[in-house]
Amino acid sequence: MAIELGGKTYETDEEGYLVNLADWNDELANEMAKADGATLDENHWEVITFLRDYYEEYQIAPAVRVLTKAIGKKLGKDKGTSKYLYELFPYGPAKQACKYAGLPKPTGCV
Amino acid sequence: MATKKFLYINRKAPHGSIYAQESLEVVLIAAAFEQDVSLAFVDDGVYQLMQNQDTAALGSKNFSPTYRALGDYEVNKIYVEQESLELRGLAKDDLMPLVYEDEDDDWAEKDSIHVVSSAELAEIIEQQDVILNF
Amino acid sequence: MSVLHIVNKSPYDRYSLDTCLRLARPDSAVLLIEDGIYAALKNAAASERVQQALENHQIYALEPDLQARGINPDNMIDGISLVDYDGFVKLTTDYDKSQSWL
Repeated sequence: MAIELGGKTYETDEEGYLVNLADWNDELANEMAKADGATLDENHWEVITFLRDYYEEYQIAPAVRVLTKAIGKKLGKDKGTSKYLYELFPYGPAKQACKYAGLPKPTGCV
Repeated sequence: MATKKFLYINRKAPHGSIYAQESLEVVLIAAAFEQDVSLAFVDDGVYQLMQNQDTAALGSKNFSPTYRALGDYEVNKIYVEQESLELRGLAKDDLMPLVYEDEDDDWAEKDSIHVVSSAELAEIIEQQDVILNF
Repeated sequence: MSVLHIVNKSPYDRYSLDTCLRLARPDSAVLLIEDGIYAALKNAAASERVQQALENHQIYALEPDLQARGINPDNMIDGISLVDYDGFVKLTTDYDKSQSWL
């Protein structure tokens, strides 16, 4: 599979995850969200940016439990709940947010 | 689901075979299911925790930074056998620091690595429900 | 009963046997299978270590693996018990858990 954007082709796997981490950019994230019928606002971007930073540091996408706890610590307790994250990313916070962040599907993910 | 005590015994050097990386992946999956997970590093397995590993020139994925995420997964019982370190001329300072934040102690940062003697590790092995070897 | 330690590597190829004996509590047992069988031989470099281990551990050797490697039971260190496949299965159930030193 692939995403066509701005005259370029971006390779994805059968579930829509970007194959090359380095291909990622903001427009691509917006395009992936659009395909799911979603629009990314600043709350989405907070989580996406967090995931990219986490991956940069640890070379993995965190499991949802780890993500929830870390978001709570970084962005405030009210955001560190699965309710908040599922509202932002109804297909599963780790799974959907990782996809938009251009990361591989998280290990042991929900 | 009842919580079981899982011990992962790692005895292979990190980049010559896939064992170390596979073990780490399985550990993270098991931890995501909230089991009581401990890791032991024995024999060449102690090389997995060496500082400053850089696989960029190999063109393979560097999974070494991922060990530092173990604390986030509440995997904070990491046992390194003293004899294995000594045999290789290594000390704890040669290993990457691995820490976790203790929720019950105002998120104080604590050391996850415990250097243990063979006798201590023998006791730890004895206490497990499930032992997995890599 | 405690742990059944299983060794399947030759003592001259890897540290598996040494590490096993270092980390086996006195009440645990050792089962030699596959190339681990070579540790059961008399008059070899590893014989003394195995003889010493017999003071603290029951040591078993899997007979089919012995036969396959052409080893005469007379050349085995005294005190090592032979088991067949049924005996192997029984050992794994007699002990609380098994630990394979791969």
